[in-house]
Amino acid sequence: MAETGFEPKIVAFLCNWCTYTGADLAGTSRIQYPPSVRIIRVMCSGSVDPTYVLKPLLDGADGVLIGGCWPGDCHYQSGNYKARRRVIALKEILKNAGFDEERVWLRWISASEGGRFAETVTKMTEFLREKGPNPMRRKWAV
Amino acid sequence: MRTIIPVENSDTLAAVRGFLKRLLEADVVDALLVPMETPSGTITPALVADPDLLDAANPLAPVMGLNAARVAGHVSIREPRGRIGVVLRPCELRALVELVKLKQASLDDMVTIGVDCLGTYDVAVYNAMRANPSAGSGQAGVDVRALWATAQSGELAPQEGYAFRDACQMCERPHVEEADITLELFGADLTTGVPVTLPDEVAEKLGLTPAPALQAGDDQRAEVVEKVVAARTQVRDARFAEMRQRLEQEGIEGVFAACVRCHNCMTVCPLCYCKTCLFKSPTFEHEPTQYMNWARRKGAYRLPADTMLFHLTRLNHMVLSCVGCGMCTSDCPSELPVGVVFRTIGQQVQEVFDYVPGRSVEEPLPLVTFREDEWMEVGGE
Repeated sequence: MAETGFEPKIVAFLCNWCTYTGADLAGTSRIQYPPSVRIIRVMCSGSVDPTYVLKPLLDGADGVLIGGCWPGDCHYQSGNYKARRRVIALKEILKNAGFDEERVWLRWISASEGGRFAETVTKMTEFLREKGPNPMRRKWAV
Repeated sequence: MRTIIPVENSDTLAAVRGFLKRLLEADVVDALLVPMETPSGTITPALVADPDLLDAANPLAPVMGLNAARVAGHVSIREPRGRIGVVLRPCELRALVELVKLKQASLDDMVTIGVDCLGTYDVAVYNAMRANPSAGSGQAGVDVRALWATAQSGELAPQEGYAFRDACQMCERPHVEEADITLELFGADLTTGVPVTLPDEVAEKLGLTPAPALQAGDDQRAEVVEKVVAARTQVRDARFAEMRQRLEQEGIEGVFAACVRCHNCMTVCPLCYCKTCLFKSPTFEHEPTQYMNWARRKGAYRLPADTMLFHLTRLNHMVLSCVGCGMCTSDCPSELPVGVVFRTIGQQVQEVFDYVPGRSVEEPLPLVTFREDEWMEVGGE
């Protein structure tokens, strides 16, 4: 039930060392991607507490993207491995609590993958446009 | 070693008290953390150093006002400390295991004394029972002898007209799985003796010798435990199915709609240990204009704000360690099924990580450990 003219809003938590730099590269390389994403730089994907993801989702953001270094490349050795487990737990909880866990994406995007960053945002935007607005946007009693 | 604490005049409690006293007198431990009867008849944990005061110890009282693993953490967390024996129920033992892994308790210098659990009442229910002396024998109003009798058959049941705590009704782990000393109530005729398993060196200090009669009756406990577990699992699964359906239909915001954000569930949770919880911090004290913005954007904004955020965050932080003690349910002023929600969702998440909370201190917490070669498909799409 896509609303006409619906443009998804994505909140993205990007790791300083890989994905944020990758997003930067997408910009300096003039790669086009939808203006749907609001980027928040974090030091590591492993520093993303579930609360960071839950707050925008409950307030009506259509999607949350967590970007980190590829496995083996974490600047802090293991932050992304821990992020992986945390996101798996978070999505399992969301699913069982009656939320749409598909609105949360975890992606490994390196500093040299400006193209992959743009592609990911494009894909996620299309995916969310298809899905329609986050029902939480209208729910006041949460 | 396995032996029997002899019971005289069918007074099981006196025998247990005598055993605990011996632990202090024989210098096995310096003090015991044990449920005690206050002069007004209520039950509270206390750290007891004087053996004479153990005449008021009552680890068999079927009431649970708090999960004592929390205080076991307080008395053990750092050195110097004494050698402490902690008398705990199975759900408290499981919580203690989780607290050790969360670095909020230490098993060093600690002797864990587990007692099989026949079911517990909420404090208010227990007090109502005590105030109604017509109902039973023994302690005014609470028919403990009838309850103890259920240990042998495994036909666990609350006193007529009363109900066990919600968490106990669906507790499929009421038997002690691992402790230094185990008081094995299940399968035993508690009017004649209380079977106990304990380390040989402790038995030696206490002057206990193995009871030959027990060896033959060994399977009795296993058999009864199996029966209890089967019955409780059935109840549990029915609750899970019911809750899953509710969560599917109304979502967590439906189930927790009546939440008043008192934070009781967080306060009484034995595992919610953060000194300053995010939700008690200024993080969520927003500017008035911020509330106004939210109200304008959604048309209306529930206050206190972030109620579902609170529950979902707690689920994310705690659910993998949830031992199902159900104190959250017991202390919810809105009578919300907090514990059932945690257990229902917990079962799913724990299964993903193949983790059983409270099973072993050796098993690392799922969110602090990882393997490089797991969930390789995640993140690379």
